Amino acid sequence: MQQDAIPISSILSLLTGDGGNFLGIILLSLQVTITAVTCAGLVGLPLGAGLALVRFPGRTVIIVLVNTMMGFPPVVAGLAIFLLLSRSGPLGDLGLLFTPKAMMIAQFVLVLPIIVALTRQTIEDLWTEYQDHMTSLGAGRLRSIPTLLWDARFSLVTTLLAGLGRASAEVGAILIVGGNIAGFTRTMTTSIALETSKGDLPLAMALGVVLMSLTLVINSLAFGISRVGARFSGKS
Amino acid sequence: MRDTTSMLPLIVRDLRLEMDGRTLLDVPFARIQNRQRNVILGPNGAGKSLFLKTCHGLIPPTSGRIEYTLPVSATEVRRKQAMVFQKPVMLRRSVRANFTHALAMAGVGWYERRRIADETMAQFGLSGLADSPARVLSGGEQQRLAIARAASLGPDLLFLDEPTSSLDPTASRQIEDMLDVLHERGVTLVLTTHDLGLARRFADVIFFFHNGRLIEESDAERFFTQPETEEAKAFLEHRLFW
Repeated sequence: MQQDAIPISSILSLLTGDGGNFLGIILLSLQVTITAVTCAGLVGLPLGAGLALVRFPGRTVIIVLVNTMMGFPPVVAGLAIFLLLSRSGPLGDLGLLFTPKAMMIAQFVLVLPIIVALTRQTIEDLWTEYQDHMTSLGAGRLRSIPTLLWDARFSLVTTLLAGLGRASAEVGAILIVGGNIAGFTRTMTTSIALETSKGDLPLAMALGVVLMSLTLVINSLAFGISRVGARFSGKS
Repeated sequence: MRDTTSMLPLIVRDLRLEMDGRTLLDVPFARIQNRQRNVILGPNGAGKSLFLKTCHGLIPPTSGRIEYTLPVSATEVRRKQAMVFQKPVMLRRSVRANFTHALAMAGVGWYERRRIADETMAQFGLSGLADSPARVLSGGEQQRLAIARAASLGPDLLFLDEPTSSLDPTASRQIEDMLDVLHERGVTLVLTTHDLGLARRFADVIFFFHNGRLIEESDAERFFTQPETEEAKAFLEHRLFW
C-alpha cells in the first residue's frame, strides 16, 4: 500500500520504473520554462533598459502598467492566449493551441513583465551612478544601454531567476493553452494538479519533490556563478 | 603667444544657472587660458563643481555663453575635453576594460584601444593592476585610474573636481605628480579644490567663488599675496565669512 508519507520510494520507482513517461514530463517542463525565460530575457532586458533611460510621453503610464502586469493572474493570461490561438481566433491558422509552443508563449507573456520591470529599476539605479561619466564620454542614453546592461549583469541574473521562478511554478496558463495532453503537453505542474484531483497523492508529491529539487539546483547554480563572477569584477 | 591650433582660451560670458528661482551660479566673465593650471577656490557650496560641470557641458546654463576660440563643432568640443569627478565612476570591470570602454565610447578602434590603454597604464604606474577589478582598488588607485582614463582620451582641456579631497598625503602627492605630467604635456587643467596647499603649489591662475559668484580671477601669486576681496582674505586666513 502506498501510504508512506515519504515519497522517495515512489520517486525512485517512478524514475527507474515505467519508462520514459516521467522523464518526458520533466524534460518538457524544463524545455518550456527555459525557452520562455530565455526569449523573455532577450526581449525584456533591452526593453527594460530602454524604459529606464528613454524619456517619452506616457512613460510613467507604461511603467505602472508593466508593474501591474507582474501580478497578472496566469489563468487570465491563459484565457487570453487561448482565445487568440483557438481555431476561430485571430492566430488560429497557426495551429498552435494545445502544443508546447502555446505553453511557451503563455509563459513568455507572464515572465516578460517581471523581467522588464525589474530590469528598469536596476538600470535606472545604475544610470544615476554612471550618468555623468557616460555623458562626459559623449555617449547618450541610448548608447549607454549596452554598457549598463553589462555592468548590471549580476543583478540581472537575479531578475532572470525571478522570471524562472514564475515560469516553473506556473500551472493555470499552461493548463489552459496546453491542455495537459499525456506525453505531449503534460508538465510537472499540470501533472501535479491532475494527479492530486485523481487522488494519486504519492505521484503528485513525488513530482512536487522533483520540481522543487530542480528549482533548487538551478537557483544554486545561478547564484554560485553570479557570486563568483561578482567577486572577480569587484562588485560591492 | 597663442597656440593657433588650440580651441582655447575658453571664454565664459554672462553665465547664469538658476534653479527654482535661486541663482546657483553667476559668472559675468571668465577666461580659461591655454596650457594654464587653473584652480577654482572657494568654500563648500560656492558653486565650484557646478561651474566645472557647466563648462564641461553636463549642465545646460540658464543663460550665457561658453565660447571656444576656434570654431569647433559640438562633437569636437566634447572630444577635446574630459572630466574627472569628485567620486570617480568605476565601471564594474577590470582596470584595463575601464580604459578600453572609455576609448570605445570616444570612437577609437579595437586594436588602438588596447594599445593606448596599455601605454597609459604603463605611464601612470597602473600596469600591475590592469586585470584587477576597478572597484576593489583603494581610493587613491581609483582616483589615479580615473585621471589616467581621462588622459588616455587625449584631451586638450581636463576638468577635475576635487581630485585630492578624500586622499591621504601620499596619494595626493601621486595625483599632483600626474597633474604635473599632464601639464608638461600641454593639457590645460581646470580643477576645484579647497586644499590651499595644493592651490599654492600648483596654480597659475585662481578663480575664487563665493555664494555662486565668481568674485575674483587673478594670477595665483597676486591672489595669495594681495587678495582683492574681503571674502578671499577671510578664506585665506581660514576665517569664516558669511
